[in-house]
This record gives sequence, structure tokens and C-alpha cells, in this order.
Amino acid sequence: MTAATTTGLVSYEDAVRRYDPVLGIEVHVELGTLTKMFCAAEVAYGGEPNTQVTPVSLGLPGALPVVNGKAVEYAIRIGLALNCTIAESCRFARKNYFYPDVPKNFQTSQYDEPIAYDGWIDVELDDGAVFRVEIERAHMEEDAGKNTHVGGATGRIQGAEYSLVDYNRAGIPLVEIVTRPIEGAGDRAPEVARAYVQTLRDLFRALDVSEARMERGNVRADVNLSLRPTPESPLGTRTETKNVNSFRSVERAVRYEVSRQAGVLDAGLPVIQETRHFHEEDGTTSSGRVKSDAEDYRYFPEPDLVPVAPSREWVEEIRAALPELPTARRRRLQGEWGYADAEMRDVVNAGAIDLIEATVAAGTSAAGARKWWMGELARRAKQDEVALEVLSVTPAQIAQLQGLVESGRINDKIARQVLDGTLAGEGDPEGVVVARGLEVVSDDGALLTAIDEALAAQPDIVEKVRGGNQGPVGAIIGAVMKATKGQADAKRVRELVLDRIGQ
Amino acid sequence: MGTSDMTNDITRLSASDLASALRDKTLTSVEATQAHLDRIAAVDGDLNAFLHVATQEALATAADVDARRQAGEELHPLAGVPIAVKDVVVTKGLPTTAGSKILEGWVPPYDATLVERIKAAGLPILGKTNMDEFAMGSSTEHSAFGNTKNPWDLDRIPGGSGGGSAAAVAGFEAPLAIGTDTGGSIRQPGAVTGTVGVKPTYGGVSRYGLIAMASSLDQAGPVTRSVLDAALLHELIGGHDPHDSTSIDEPVPGVVAAARQGATGDLKGLRVGVVKELSGEGYQAGVSARFDESLEQLRTLGAEIVEVSCPSFTYALDAYYLIMPAEASSNLAKFDGMRFGLRVEPAEGPVTAERVMGATRGAGFGDEVKRRVILGTYALSAGYYDAYYGSAQKVRTLIQRDFAAAFAKADVLVSPTAPTTAFKFGEKLDDPLAMYLNDVATIPANLAGVPGMSLPNGLSDDGLPVGFQILAPAKADDRMYRVGAALEAALESGWGGPLLNKAPELKTTELAR
Amino acid sequence: MSTISRDEVARVAALARIDLRTDEVDRLAGELDVIVESIARISEVATADVPATSHPLPLTNVFRDDVPEAPLPVEDVLAGAPQQENGRFAVPQILGEE
Repeated sequence: MTAATTTGLVSYEDAVRRYDPVLGIEVHVELGTLTKMFCAAEVAYGGEPNTQVTPVSLGLPGALPVVNGKAVEYAIRIGLALNCTIAESCRFARKNYFYPDVPKNFQTSQYDEPIAYDGWIDVELDDGAVFRVEIERAHMEEDAGKNTHVGGATGRIQGAEYSLVDYNRAGIPLVEIVTRPIEGAGDRAPEVARAYVQTLRDLFRALDVSEARMERGNVRADVNLSLRPTPESPLGTRTETKNVNSFRSVERAVRYEVSRQAGVLDAGLPVIQETRHFHEEDGTTSSGRVKSDAEDYRYFPEPDLVPVAPSREWVEEIRAALPELPTARRRRLQGEWGYADAEMRDVVNAGAIDLIEATVAAGTSAAGARKWWMGELARRAKQDEVALEVLSVTPAQIAQLQGLVESGRINDKIARQVLDGTLAGEGDPEGVVVARGLEVVSDDGALLTAIDEALAAQPDIVEKVRGGNQGPVGAIIGAVMKATKGQADAKRVRELVLDRIGQ
Repeated sequence: MGTSDMTNDITRLSASDLASALRDKTLTSVEATQAHLDRIAAVDGDLNAFLHVATQEALATAADVDARRQAGEELHPLAGVPIAVKDVVVTKGLPTTAGSKILEGWVPPYDATLVERIKAAGLPILGKTNMDEFAMGSSTEHSAFGNTKNPWDLDRIPGGSGGGSAAAVAGFEAPLAIGTDTGGSIRQPGAVTGTVGVKPTYGGVSRYGLIAMASSLDQAGPVTRSVLDAALLHELIGGHDPHDSTSIDEPVPGVVAAARQGATGDLKGLRVGVVKELSGEGYQAGVSARFDESLEQLRTLGAEIVEVSCPSFTYALDAYYLIMPAEASSNLAKFDGMRFGLRVEPAEGPVTAERVMGATRGAGFGDEVKRRVILGTYALSAGYYDAYYGSAQKVRTLIQRDFAAAFAKADVLVSPTAPTTAFKFGEKLDDPLAMYLNDVATIPANLAGVPGMSLPNGLSDDGLPVGFQILAPAKADDRMYRVGAALEAALESGWGGPLLNKAPELKTTELAR
Repeated sequence: MSTISRDEVARVAALARIDLRTDEVDRLAGELDVIVESIARISEVATADVPATSHPLPLTNVFRDDVPEAPLPVEDVLAGAPQQENGRFAVPQILGEE
């Protein structure tokens, strides 16, 4: 079982030239309810081990589950957002398998009666192309506990001498979303897979059903992939790469499996239907152990729970209260802001949409907001290798900064210094301007003093200008700007200089 | 009056009489509790009805109740009346084994809902009673901790799975006990020990904290020496529990009032249906004779006797032996040596979680548990689900339809509770099917969720007690209390007292107090 | 009706994670067979037109509010553990993944 397949990898480009990849993606999302799926244990990230369990989530003898109504509502929300039909009645089922992190040795899930089924979601790719992914089902279930493997050299399961189990995560509500086979992605299969997971992540956040933080494992993807010679051929044998937990990993895992399976098929060997594991370090996948009883989960309806039969009124209430979904919102905002397609795509890809929206809401023009977030701020974020929203400046502060520029109190160049101050924790732009004394010198009296000094120092230039040659006036302006430490409005200085010379 | 006589007097009181004495302050709860603890010490060496006796805790509760009563506090009608609890019910701080080695020494960190209610009402818990392992059996011979003896004849079984609770009540070790009934485990032990046992409507008593055998069939209920006592206990433990999704969100039917009304003996206008399929062939002659006499009694009390047919009952046993093991195989999966209870390492080879689970379950489960878990696993395994579990669930529909049709013709249904009186130890141990046949009359009620009661209605030719079963429609538990109390009153007036007065005196061990 | 073979018993026992001795496998193969045969009878009446009943009472939509309650104290959580370490349950090494 452990012997690795020794066939070589085929280059990705070559592989997709000769094979048609078909995807299938299962995404698990941890719902952001306050309590677990079947008991009132509080869910909080990062608690001490085994401090968030009740007899139910610990699977103690005698304990019984009771469904968290909020979790059902969230599942329906997800189902509706995925354009699914919501079941008139559905049941939980027991998925029986022995594993130490599953306290009852069965997972309470849904089997042949999911709460939502037959839906779709449009996924926008990097170049703006839209790819529709069909959803087979979305069902409710519970998470397992966490094993920590101790004593093994590598920390991986195989080398461990024993494991420590924390059941805090056991029983956290999950919704699992299963796609139908995703065909027609062709050489863009890795991108489609990544964009699909990203789209779902955005959706979960918009629906307010989960924090959907990938790095905390709130969203986890299992990626199925198979190859076939042509799009007309029957589906090939698939592999399932488990727990791929970042967008980039989803893309890499698909890419790797395409190359690997092409190598297997090229060698005239069959692809083995199996579970595979993804390795972040090198972007490869490896075979999981094939278990003889892996498929025999002995599902049967959970007798400790009664059917969930969401009334149509309830479903419609939930539908009516659905927040605007990411795609529709993007479309609306683009219209409101008047951005070109390419501009909007850059904004989305930069993760700046919320920031710009908030900046605009604080009173800035869409163009002004975009100038800051996609310009100076994007440059600084890139320089520091952080995300835009991590910069220590708020949309309100940017709005204030832009307001200062537009009112002429500071100019663009000074504005960058003000931003420095705000980023350095010196407070709001207004405060920074005052504290640093950066306000534009708009008092004509103060300017005239500086102008007169400059004119007196350079009489030859005054002569030239008087002679009708305005070219050298810049030297006077420059001297004035220098004298006012750049805080003068250059346009006003020019007007005053010309006026003084008598032109 | 000597200690022994005093003990005898107190332990022979019904729970309702004990409660009256406590209320009138002619007796304290400490005295009542001590009397029962003494009785346990005296006879349980032979009976083995208890797996754990909670002397200190029971006396502490009793003293607390006495103090509160003395202080004039308003108390529950049963406050201070001691009770025994079947060991399948989890009790915080008291060992709970469900009769299995795999749980030996386990002390639950929480109380079952019904135990919370018992504690809140101030009933001292005397201890935990013996049972077939995980409630799987009809004789208590499948306990990992030895047989419980039938107080009527120590060579015979006390029924099962709740043989301990039934024997404790029949042997005057406790006036009240809690049982659980998945296929007859309250009613059949009631029948063979001459006690009253009630399985309420499914959902009538919370299952939270009952170590589950078959979730869709399990139901807890009272084990007592009188119908009124059963009603008092039923009312205490019954009612909605938000921790049990299958709990009925309605008030408990008026069972106490029904029992009191029934005891006046008037059943005029009541239609009693005799289930054709639950009599005749396979029923011991003495059992059938007592049943027929009881029907006459009911007629005398004004009831109309009608015959009803429930043809699907013929398949009840078959359906039961698919549903029960299937659910049990899953419910018992948690006993794996990882989080609580026994952990056994394999004799040889690597020590992995998977192998430790196998070794723990191999060593910790008894034969009957293994038999049912294997059968249930088989019934659910790939390719068999529809034919087995699925078909059995269809039979359930048919049985419900039969009940519906029968209850259209009759207000209650009746049958003998068990086909025979108590058999001897070992008689059916090697023949699972013969053992299973004990439950043929009790199982339909579990499959349909309707309530059932067994009360003693005489002795068979062998001098052993016989049980009379009354079934009522779901949520109409009060009907069977009315009929049961009426029949009980008529029978006892004929006998000149409770049937248990005819039971032989148990040998008592001298107390070393 | 097919009968349950020794191999079948062994397969199912592995699925149920119960180590059985050889004599137990032998005995169970015989005993389960009797039960399986008795079960064949229900196929007579469990026809396609009969709906299945999984619950004795037809309840639906039993939900709990999403309000936290006190968890079990961690000492109680671990009190029954055969082995524990640093607030967690210690279990033998786990082979393979699920």
C-alpha cells in the first residue's frame, strides 16, 4: 500500500493537451454559531483542550443530540445562495466509522436527504470570464475532534507512538457542499477550482454564516480529479485529495494531480481510486492508506433526532433576508463607481472592494478612493508584503486625507507625508497636519513676503518676465516654495508672482 | 417492636403509604431509607438485585428531606421515599455499568434527566440495580456481574433486562424502582416477579442519560408493587425534556388521577380489546387461565370485551430483531476504550488505536452483546440496509396501522405479558430464539411507541406469578392506569391483599451493624 | 436465503471492531444464521407500497436556541479517561487516516 507510484509526471501543459480534466469539489465550512451542532457547548477558537465539551460532544453514554436551530437557518441560507432547492423534509443520518477523534464512533451527518440540493454558482475567473459550477447538494453535519500526534519523528500519523485528543472541535456545525462533476474547465481546471473555493469563501462571509478563515480551517476543501482522453469520453477514475486548506493549495493540488495522473495513464496503468494527501512544502500529493471498510459507513437515519422540515414560510423569510451576494454587489458597485471592467477586476483582486466602499461611504469620490487604495496604499502594502486591510490606516482616515487635498489645505506631495504620520500611529490626518505643521500656506500676506524676498534676490528674472518671457518665472516660484517648506499652493504662488511683477 | 419487625413493616409499605407516613411525620425518611438499606443488607446476598448500594448518599438525601420537612418546606409528594435505579441510567457520582465489564468502575459526570427529577424531588437513591448487559436479555443472566434471583424461587430468573429492579421491588428492598423497556424489559420482569411495570408512551419520559440500546424503542418507566405507585413515579419522571429531541412536548397524562379513579372499580362503557395474535398457542396453560379469569373480572367491572386482530404482530419479533441490533450496533460503538471505561491492549502485535478498540470490545462485551452488535452491523452493512433495516421499518408501519385499527374498536388492548412464568437459570441461555420469544407480546408496543403496563393477575399452576398486559394508544397512558387500578383492586380483594403476600419469605442474613 | 458464513462473521466483526476468538466466530456463524432466516419472513409483508416508519411519533423540527450553556468541568471530562496528558485524552497510535 505504501509503495509510491513510480510513473513519472507529465508536464502540465502536455497533460492538458492530451487529457480532459474533470473536477469535483467538496467544501466543508464551519458555521459561526455560538454553540455546537447538537449541544450547547460554546464554540470559541483557541480554548484550552477539552474545555468546550458537554456529555453530548464528548459522546458519553446516555447523552442525546438536539439540533441547533441557528445552524439549520445558516444551512438554508447557504443553500439559497447556491440557488439550491431546500428540502421540504430531510433527516440526519449516522455515518458509522471508528476513529478516536469521533467521540461516538459515528458522525451525525445527512446521507440521502440533504437539506439543500440541485443548485449552481457562477465563478468569476481572473480574466473576468464566468464559469458556472453545478451544486449537487449541501448538507449539515458535525466536525470531529483534533488529534495531536506525539512521539513520532515527523509528527505525521504513521510515525507517532500515541496521540492526544482534544474534543473542543467535536460537534462544531459544518455544512458540506458537493459539486456535480465540473466539466469543460480544460487547462483552466486549477484556476476554476481555486476560484470556486474563493467564491464560496466570499459567499460565506457575505452571508454571515462563518468567519470563513482558511488559516483556521473554517473552510476546507477535498478535491476530486479525474482525466479522460477527450471531453466525449466517459469519466475516468478519480482521486480525492483531502483537506486542501488554502486557495493556492487548491490550485497546486489540481495541477499536480493532472500531471501525476497523466503520467500514470501514459504508462498504461490504471489510476487507483483513493484518498490522497496534499503536501504544502512541495506541492505534491501522496497516497493515503486504502482501508478495506472505508466505504462501508452503514448509514441509517439518526433515531435520536426527528426530521427537519423547514416550512416554506420560513425558507422565504430567510430568502428575503439574504444579504446582497458578492457577485451582485460587485456589479452594483462597479456601476455606482463608474470603474472600467479592468479597473474593477484589479480592485477585486487586490481585496480592496470593502475598503473602497467604506472610503466612498465616508465621503470620498470613487476616483479619489481608488487613487489611494490602488496607488500609494497598494504600493506600501506590496512593499511590506501585507494585505491592504492590514495597513494601519482606516477608510475614514483616507477619506479625511483626500478631503484635505481636495479642499486645498494640503497638496498631494504633503498628503503622502501626512499618510506617513497616520501609518506611524500619529493619529488622524487632520491631527498629523496640525502636529507636523504641514498646512498649505494660504495666507497671501505671508506668501507676498516670501515672494518679495525672492523677487528682490533675482532682479534679472524679474526683468525677463517683464520683457514678456514667462519661462523663467518657475525659478521664482521654486524659491517661494522652498521658503515655505513646500506648504504653499504653487498655483496661487504663480498668480501672485505674476501679479507682483505686473503681468 | 424489634428492629427486624420494624424493618419488615416499613419495607412492606407501598410507596404511597410510605409517603403518607412521611407526610404525617409518623416516620422519617432516614428511618424509611435505613429500613430498606437493612433489608438490602439482609437479602441481597441471595438476590443480587443491586450492583451498587449508595448507603451514604441515600441517607444524606433522607436526612436533608427530613430537615426540610421539619422546617415546613413544601415537598414533592414522594419526597423521602427511597428508590432504586436500573444501572443503565447514568447517575452523577454513582458507578454506572449497564451490567457490562466494559464500563466497570465508570462514574458518570452527569445525571440523566429522570435522575435529576428524582433528586430534585428528594427521593433517596438506594443504589443501582442489576440487569442484562446493556439491557440485552430477558433473564438478567447476561449481566457481567452475576445473576439476579427471582424472590419467588431463587432457582429462577427474575426476567430481564430489568431483573434487578423487579427483584428489588418484589423482594421489598425498594418500594420504587426505575426500569427501561426496549422490547419488554420493564413489563416481562414485572410479570415474572409479581410486580407492576409500566412502559410509558415513547417520548413520555426523557431518554437523556439512559445508556441507549435501541434509540427508537427505549423508554424508561416505573417498577412498583401497585398501580398507584407506578402512576406517582410516572408523573414524577415524565414530561418534556429539551435535552431529548424525541420527548413529547405536552403535559404528562393524568395518570395518578386515572389510577385513583380506576381503583373505585367502575369500568362501565370501557371497551377492552383482546388481541387474537397474543394468546393461545405458545402460552402456558396457567398463564392463559389467569388471563381469561381477568377478562371475566373486567367484564364484571362493566367493561365490554371485544376481540381484535393485529395480523402484523406476527412479524413484530422479526422486525424487532433487525431494528434493535442495528441501532444498538451504532449506539454501542462509543465503548471503545479511548475516553472512558475499560481499555485492553491486544495480547500480541502492535498497540494501535484500532487494535486496542478491537481488543477492548472483544474482552469487554459479553456473548449476547457481541451477538447483537454483529447482527446489527451485518444488517446495516453495504448491500443489506434496504432488505433488513429498511424492511423492518416497514413492518413498523404495518404494526402502527394494526394498532390504529384496533384502537378504533377498543379503548385498551390486553394480553398476557409473557407466555410463561419464570423459567430456570440456564434453561434458555443457549437458545437465543427461545429467549427472544419471551418478548413476543411486549415488543409490538415498543415498535409502535404506545404505552404498556404489566400487573400481576395471579399465580400459575406452578405457583409462580403471571402478568396481565394493558396497552393504550400513544399519549393515553392514563387509560391503562384506570383499567389496571380497577383490575388490581378487584384481584386484591379476591386474594385478601397484594399477590406478593403469597411470596415465600426470603432468608435474611443477620445484620452486623 | 443466504446464510452467514464464518468469513462473513469475521468481516462484520472487523467492521464492528470486536476481536472474536475462533470458537466465537464458529458459534456466531451458526446463531446468526437462525436469526437471519427468521428475518426472511418479513419480506413477505414489507412490500414496496408500505412506507417506512423510523419514529414511533411523527415529530419534526425540534430545535434548540443557539445559546451557550456551561460545559463539563475539564476534570470531569477527563475523569474517566484510561489515560490523559496535558488536558487531553491519550490514545494509542492511530494508523491511517479517515
